[in-house]
Amino acid sequence: MPMTLAEKILAAHSGRPRVEPGDLINVRADLVMANDITAPIAIEQFRKLGVSRVFDPERVVLIASHFVPNKDIQSAEQAKVMREFAREQGCVYFEQGQGGVDHALLPEQGLVLPGDVFVGADSHTCTSGALGAFATGMGSTDIAVAMATGEIWMKVPPTIRFVYHGRMGRWTRSKDLILHTIGHIGTDGATYAAMQFEGETLQGMSMDARLTMTNMAVEAGGKTGLMLVDEVTLDYVRPRARRQWTVYEPDPDAEYAATYEFDASQIEPTVSMPFSPGNAVPVREVGGRDMRIDQVFIGSCTNGRIEDLREAAEIIGGRRVAEGVRCIVIPATQRIYLQALREGLIEAFTEAGCAFCAATCGPCLGGYLGVLAEGERCVSTSNRNFPGRMGHAKSEVILASPVVAAASAVAGRLAHPEEVVS
Amino acid sequence: MSIRGKAHRFGAHVDTDQIIPARYLVTTDAQELAQHCMEDADPNFVGRVRPGDIIVADVNFGCGSSREHAPIAIRGCGVSCVIARSFARIFFRNAINMGLPVLECSEAAEATQDGDELEVDLATGTIRNLTRRREFQAKPYEPFMLELIEAGGLIEYTKRRLAGPGEVEGV
Repeated sequence: MPMTLAEKILAAHSGRPRVEPGDLINVRADLVMANDITAPIAIEQFRKLGVSRVFDPERVVLIASHFVPNKDIQSAEQAKVMREFAREQGCVYFEQGQGGVDHALLPEQGLVLPGDVFVGADSHTCTSGALGAFATGMGSTDIAVAMATGEIWMKVPPTIRFVYHGRMGRWTRSKDLILHTIGHIGTDGATYAAMQFEGETLQGMSMDARLTMTNMAVEAGGKTGLMLVDEVTLDYVRPRARRQWTVYEPDPDAEYAATYEFDASQIEPTVSMPFSPGNAVPVREVGGRDMRIDQVFIGSCTNGRIEDLREAAEIIGGRRVAEGVRCIVIPATQRIYLQALREGLIEAFTEAGCAFCAATCGPCLGGYLGVLAEGERCVSTSNRNFPGRMGHAKSEVILASPVVAAASAVAGRLAHPEEVVS
Repeated sequence: MSIRGKAHRFGAHVDTDQIIPARYLVTTDAQELAQHCMEDADPNFVGRVRPGDIIVADVNFGCGSSREHAPIAIRGCGVSCVIARSFARIFFRNAINMGLPVLECSEAAEATQDGDELEVDLATGTIRNLTRRREFQAKPYEPFMLELIEAGGLIEYTKRRLAGPGEVEGV
């Protein structure tokens, strides 16, 4: 029986010739991850298992990403728990200042590779699916078991296929494609399913742009988002890979639970209005004088990669952040930070009046470095705009691409890039 | 096992940021987390909830972040069970893994109003709305989920598996 990409990877990792949606399987994990928020619970649970060592320290990664450099005593205590466990077990560990946001860091460092099964105690683990891996987020207890045994139970998900045709317009980015898609199917439109993204529009995209799309699969309820491996993937992977990898391809006659086709040339710069990623509308329909903003955040595992910073700097550089607006720029990893430094992007942002910080999740989840007050509104390149996500329960987040966010910072209100750049 | 409690009704797509906002994720202590349970959805919830009470919600309950702090906070403030029209995947997994009963039942969710008295038989999945004198049947758990629940969650299940003679059949 033919299989989808997700089914191929899961079959290979469960020692079965084939799997079908609904099968309960025990899956071998190539990589297991937790961060400074989820690791403390995972470690507590790991201790209860009565196991003394993780299954393979080279495949267990712990990353200080969310509340770092630590914002208060409690977050410092949690970071300490993770650091001490990493030392004790000899796990792969990224210290504050040397890593960054988990989902940007792992592909960048060649730790997650095509064909992998990767489980992480963080819902945006699905980001790494852009490499042709089966990457999925779970809770800390699941991850404790995976750390101990190298295995975890899964139900084989049905696969929904999303095919993008045509060339994107001048100001349309991969972020607009995924916001539009979630708007189309709804925030539970792919619950429990694997979202397989493909089509000629994606073939022309960089890995930075692709990772933005798979990052938001969970915002449609997806168990993972995956993309097919091509030359772009392999060019990205080859210089970074720390071990061998396997390329899987879906069978041509594989069965999909549904197929959605999109004409990318017709998708405009899109924003998701409060309070749901599924509340997607073209920016032209909601911009204008009335959509006053207080803050812009450019960063996160969705859009904090070097291309995102370059594009934002191109719009903000040589201009000024509008009066009454704060613009916060945070690269997703320290390697990206260094690259931005070398390319003069930090100077451009700083001269324009932006705050530029070291790699962290920062304000995305209302941690710190840009938390919103009551009634404030932020245009953000991140992935969630639920009530209270970035601060006060009565603050608002509008999700957008880096070019829309940058244009909005300059305009002082939600703006289409062409309103700022002629 | 039978549960009885008052219903606290929530809407659709209640995400884990509303269940326990990220600003409180600096601890793993259930009692501390419980003080802020549902804070961004209903700031008065913690003041009203009593041990044994039941959360009833619409579709996609627990969407968003994978934080296990969400079911920990819910259980920490004494909630005995969550009934919803549907659950987000990771929340469902987390709840089962830690032994917080979660029941999928559209009919019960639709018919239940805030403050209704409910009685739930976890073994059979029968939900009785005592206020409205109606009875509903939740979607049954798959056998493997039942095994997990009966073992007392994933940690106990895995401990047994690690101690046992070999692979658990089927999984």
